Order: sequence, then structure tokens, then C-alpha cells
Amino acid sequence: MHLDHSLPHQHFPSASATRPDGHRRALRVGLGGPVGSGKTASVAALCRTLRDRYALAVVTNDIYTREDAEYLLREAVLPPERIAAVETGACPHTAIRDDISANLEAVEHLEETLHPLDLVLIESGGDNLTATFSKGLVDVQIFVIDVSSGDDIPRKGGPGITTADLLVVNKTDLAPHVGADLAAMAADARRQRGDLPVIFTSLTSDDGIREVADWVTGHLTEWRAEAAV
Amino acid sequence: MSRAALLLLADGRFPAGGHAHSGGVEAAVARRAVHDTASLEAFCRGRLHTTGLTTAGLSAAAAAGHDALLLDDAADARTPAPALRAVSRRLGRQMTRAARATFPSAALERLAAHRPQGAHQPVVLGLTARAAGLTPVDAAHAAAYESAGGPATAAVRLLSLDPLDASRVLARLGVETDRVATAAADAAARVAAEGVDALPSASSPLLDITGEQHAAWTVRLFAS
Repeated sequence: MHLDHSLPHQHFPSASATRPDGHRRALRVGLGGPVGSGKTASVAALCRTLRDRYALAVVTNDIYTREDAEYLLREAVLPPERIAAVETGACPHTAIRDDISANLEAVEHLEETLHPLDLVLIESGGDNLTATFSKGLVDVQIFVIDVSSGDDIPRKGGPGITTADLLVVNKTDLAPHVGADLAAMAADARRQRGDLPVIFTSLTSDDGIREVADWVTGHLTEWRAEAAV
Repeated sequence: MSRAALLLLADGRFPAGGHAHSGGVEAAVARRAVHDTASLEAFCRGRLHTTGLTTAGLSAAAAAGHDALLLDDAADARTPAPALRAVSRRLGRQMTRAARATFPSAALERLAAHRPQGAHQPVVLGLTARAAGLTPVDAAHAAAYESAGGPATAAVRLLSLDPLDASRVLARLGVETDRVATAAADAAARVAAEGVDALPSASSPLLDITGEQHAAWTVRLFAS
């Protein structure tokens, strides 16, 4: 028995930018962050804002239920066939970082059945400040925190805060009620993230997701421009 | 042969999707059949000698180079519960992805082409072991070890069991795991003369029944 030398260097990168048929695949955007920060609400708002312009699908990673997927269904932000739920075996960060196979399967299934898709949003299960997505799974990632969990979270840092392509600080409408200092949060985030962007949101206001949607749209435009080269 | 390749394949961190599956222990915990270290050991021993022996035989036969499609049918015949068949094929798909990146082979590509919805995981494991230059008994070891290692890891999460106790369970099952792997490889060695009927077909009806029930739960931590 020996290694099969007919395929010596064959490699299948998890996140190849093209589908097997040579077409560029959909842009994959990960949304991670602690429990209750508003990931599902952000996904729902993004779907409502973008679904008329782009072909969308969503993968949810619930920790032990299908609640996030069912919330999206109940809110009717997308038809059911555009929402897939992945089970994570009590380890949400493993499913988006260390062993991404179930998530990749879900994404590829959506791409195959709904071809052509422009955008796939992958929502992680609520986790901790160290949870980030593998680059094998997503092209860009958003980390969602909120003001009511403590305005010192940006100062504490962690891979989610410091390295996510976009940091969203949600529930700014609650800041006066919980004594959160938004200016301090912004300054701490800048210190932790350098030039990486931060957006403050309140999803209770009309079009509160607009800036985040624009950020996603910007990346989608870039993704397509690369495809055209 | 690379001994390290066997360690890589048998490592629970090998990214082939196994972490989201409990090997039936989540259903057993819900029935309180598994509730402490002793009952976990009994569960793991039972799974090792049934599912473990059967999957190890399939893996060993695939590693020996027997017809993978025939072995895939043999795996179907040995997996009566539809939910567990689906799980085995899904894990087979996920292992195929990991194998393509680690130990690619023409044999695996052939199997994947014939089974686009996924071949059974033990067959894929055996082909991967073969591509890695491992022997049939090595492949059997990886399958047998995982049959107890998967539930033990899941039980740590489900019961907040002391991880040292769970590791002690696996250590205590070590000699039995070796025996199961050897018996599976011996059976695989008879396939050339006797056909796939020579392979073990030990089953666990309770795991089949609870596996089917678990698949219908709406709230669960593990996919199976």
C-alpha cells in the first residue's frame, strides 16, 4: 500500500472561490458574537433589506434547538428552502472554526439547490468573545456585540472583537438605560481594531441595519468585480 | 506506513464532522440509561462490540482494497435504522472532504462519483487509511476506537462528567478495542474467499430504536 501518486498535489480548498462548474460562488458572510447580542435580528434585518436586490440564503448554527431558524421562518424573512440549520454538538465555535464540514455542506447544498445565489449569511450559535469563523468557511465576518452586556466588552478584546472584518455594536437605544458609554466603546474598539470598521446599530429604529447592509453590499460588489477580472 | 497517519485519522480533532454526533449517547442520557461513569463505560463497551465491530470490519475490508461499492451495500445491510444510515452517509461525505485534503486517492474519487450523496463513513475511512498507507487492522483500530471515543466525549458535554473519568473509561476499554480491531481485520481477511458475508454484522437494536427516536427530537445538542 502506498500513497496514490496519480493525485500527488490535488487539493480541494474548502473555500474555493469558484463552483465545480467554474462559476463564481456566492459571497459568504459570517455573523458571530455572544448570546443575545442580536445576531438573528441582524440576519433578519439584512434579509429584509437585501432580499429584493440579491438572491440570498441563510445557514443558522443553533446550539441545541432550531429556534434561530424557526425565528427566521416565523418572521418570513426568506422562504423556508432558503434557510438551513446546522447542529453543532454543544460546540458552536467548533462548527464554525475547527471542523467546518457540516456548515460547508449546508452552504453547498443551498448553492446547488438555489443556484445562482449572490449571498449566503452564516449565523453562528451564541458563543464567547473568542469565537471566530474559519477562512475556509466565510469570506468576511461580522462580530455582533451589544451595549447592554457591558460597555467594557470592546476594551476586553478577544479574537472576535479585534479581528472581525466588521464589529457591530447593537442595541444603542438601550445605552441610556444601562449606563453604557458609547463614546468609550467606540474609542476602545478603535484601540483594539485599528482601521477595521465599527458600526453602531439600533434595530428597533426604521432601517437600523442600513449601514451594515451597505457594508455587506460593498463587499458583494468587490467580490463580483474580482469575478469579472 | 506512517504511524502518525493513523494518529491523525483517529484524532477526534480530525475535521470530519464527528464532533456534532454523540453515537447514541444523547438519547441514552435522556433515558437515564447513561448517568455516570459506570453506565457510560457499559454503554461504550456495548457500542464497541456491536457498532464498533461492524464498522471496523467494513473499514478493514475497504483498507484491504475490496470493492468499495460492494462494501457500501454491505454497510447498508448492516444499518437497519434509516436515520442512522443517513447519519453514516452524511459523515461519509464529510470524511470524504477531509480525506481529499489529507490523503487523496483515485479509489476515493471513484466511490464519491458513484455515491454523490455520500458513501458510508466506515468505507470512506477504510479507503482513506489505505491511501495513507495504513493496514486493514489500522483502519479497524480507528473505527473501533471512534465507536467508544465519540460517545465518551459527548457524555462529558451532556453530563458534565469529569473528563478524566471519561478518559479512564477509554483507557480501560483499550485491550477490548484492540481485540475488536483484530477480530474485524481477521474477518476482512476472509472476504476474498467468502465474500462480504464474512464481515461482522453485530447490531444493537436499542441503539437503532433510540437513534430513530432521537432523529425526531426538536431540541437536541447532537445531530445523532
